[in-house]
Amino acid sequence: MRIRFCGFGGQGIVLAGYITGNAAVTDGKNAIQNQSYGSESRGGQCKSDVIVQEGAIFELELDEIDVLVAMSQSAHDMYIDQLEPDGMVIIDSDLVEPREGQSNLHAVPFTDIAYQAFNRKIMGNMVMLGYLVAASEVVSEASMRRTIASNVPKGTEEMNTKAYEKGLELGRERK
Amino acid sequence: MKAEYALTGRWYLNGDLACAEGALAAGCRFFAGYPITPATEIAERMAIRMPQVDGIFIQMEDEISSMNCILGASWGGKKSMTATSGPGFSLMMENYGLGIMMEVPTVIVNVMRGGPSTGLPTLVGQGDVMQTKWGTHGDIQAIALSPQSPQECFDLTVRAFNLAERFRTPVVLLTDESVGHMTEMVEIPPPGSIKLVDRKKPRMKPENYLPYEGGKDLVPPMPAAGDGYRIITTGLTHDERGYPIVTSETQEKLIDRLDRKILDFKDEIIDNEEFLLKDADVVVVTYGISSRPSKRAVKLARRDGIKAGMLRLRALWPFPEEAIQELASHVRGFVVPEINQGQVVLEVQRAVCGQTEVKHLGCAGRIHHPSEILSAIEEVEK
Repeated sequence: MRIRFCGFGGQGIVLAGYITGNAAVTDGKNAIQNQSYGSESRGGQCKSDVIVQEGAIFELELDEIDVLVAMSQSAHDMYIDQLEPDGMVIIDSDLVEPREGQSNLHAVPFTDIAYQAFNRKIMGNMVMLGYLVAASEVVSEASMRRTIASNVPKGTEEMNTKAYEKGLELGRERK
Repeated sequence: MKAEYALTGRWYLNGDLACAEGALAAGCRFFAGYPITPATEIAERMAIRMPQVDGIFIQMEDEISSMNCILGASWGGKKSMTATSGPGFSLMMENYGLGIMMEVPTVIVNVMRGGPSTGLPTLVGQGDVMQTKWGTHGDIQAIALSPQSPQECFDLTVRAFNLAERFRTPVVLLTDESVGHMTEMVEIPPPGSIKLVDRKKPRMKPENYLPYEGGKDLVPPMPAAGDGYRIITTGLTHDERGYPIVTSETQEKLIDRLDRKILDFKDEIIDNEEFLLKDADVVVVTYGISSRPSKRAVKLARRDGIKAGMLRLRALWPFPEEAIQELASHVRGFVVPEINQGQVVLEVQRAVCGQTEVKHLGCAGRIHHPSEILSAIEEVEK
């Protein structure tokens, strides 16, 4: 499965990619994660690709994407053409206007949910990861939970895990 | 010798972190550096890890002092390292030459990004290959290794230290932003299965010791400061005693030995991966991150019935010209994909010497797509 996370620097895009790749190897699969971002520490264009498969991985740059997770309009517009015909699109519905007639679309206000529930916009990426796991089954729920807990700042594990659970819930409902 | 310590296990690491762990496994206990994208993660990791292994991490005021600092630490008997990217590597050039002249084993990691100048801080480049060989003034022989994955960042960092100790000279790990920031599984073996090389120490009585007299392997034994041997070391041209003697005879003798201590033993350094070369008509010569799309392209070419092969240079300097020459006598041509305007291709052309076609395939700030390399293979095959 080829997943591209994209948005602005500061939204936790690279961390989301790293955690997903790490959860996949915890599941015993092969996973490569790479990233590209601007010189700005916040606000610049940012993407992180994760390729998860059973065997060796040669592709490093994605031509086609199975799952596009877009947290900003400009990133969405830049990459939507690379989506496979039956590919899944997950967007933050407050930040991204999808293409008309987009199939397999999942529009959820991740950032706002994180703000309403935890008073932390920054945890929108964790809500998104929960939703992604439920919707795509790219990694197991347990591996993702464990990986999140061990990769967020000390003292925030519980809150981040809760945000993840919230996303899982939303994803399961949608199914 | 065997390593005493390693973070044994399977880890999901990016190339920068794997490089730092490779250094620790190789026995590096002194890191001086100045953070710079995309090498910052190496300094960050070292800042956390060095105190855990009784080592020293020091953030210097710039890359000039960082380079000097690791030379001094090496004279103090520690295995030392710095990590930087293009702009910092440029600042290190003068004292890189000092390290070569004083014959100081140390490791410089350059995580290449696009240049010149500040260029592309966050995007990949392979533009510092020639700088490694020609960036410092005077005649030098460089040793440079080039990893293609986080795993190789670990493995080749260990090797870089071993070569630095073996040849008593600074060794450059030329990695790049893509490899540095790419995360994959890295297997770190138990310390007992990591082979290490330590610098040759003098065994003679201190009064008989000449600090710059090379033995059979042309490498002088090296004591640490405080071992009881009298040392004079300088960037000036010097005789076996280390005394500055600025004459043409001394220069000839010294530079000849510095060259030959590496070139006469270059088989110990050269490290090529051969892939489907036996019957190849078109050979892709590649290194670093470019070798991954190259391998894919070679496989695609084979599927289309083209006899393509790949020669991957895990060591860039000394350049493996004999391997290229041997191929040049019977293949139809070479393709050299690089994330620059043409650097290793010049060495390939030099070795091929007009016998057959050599095609450079450049790009900037990104990795080649396998299809681009495939098209170049097809063109050369025609």
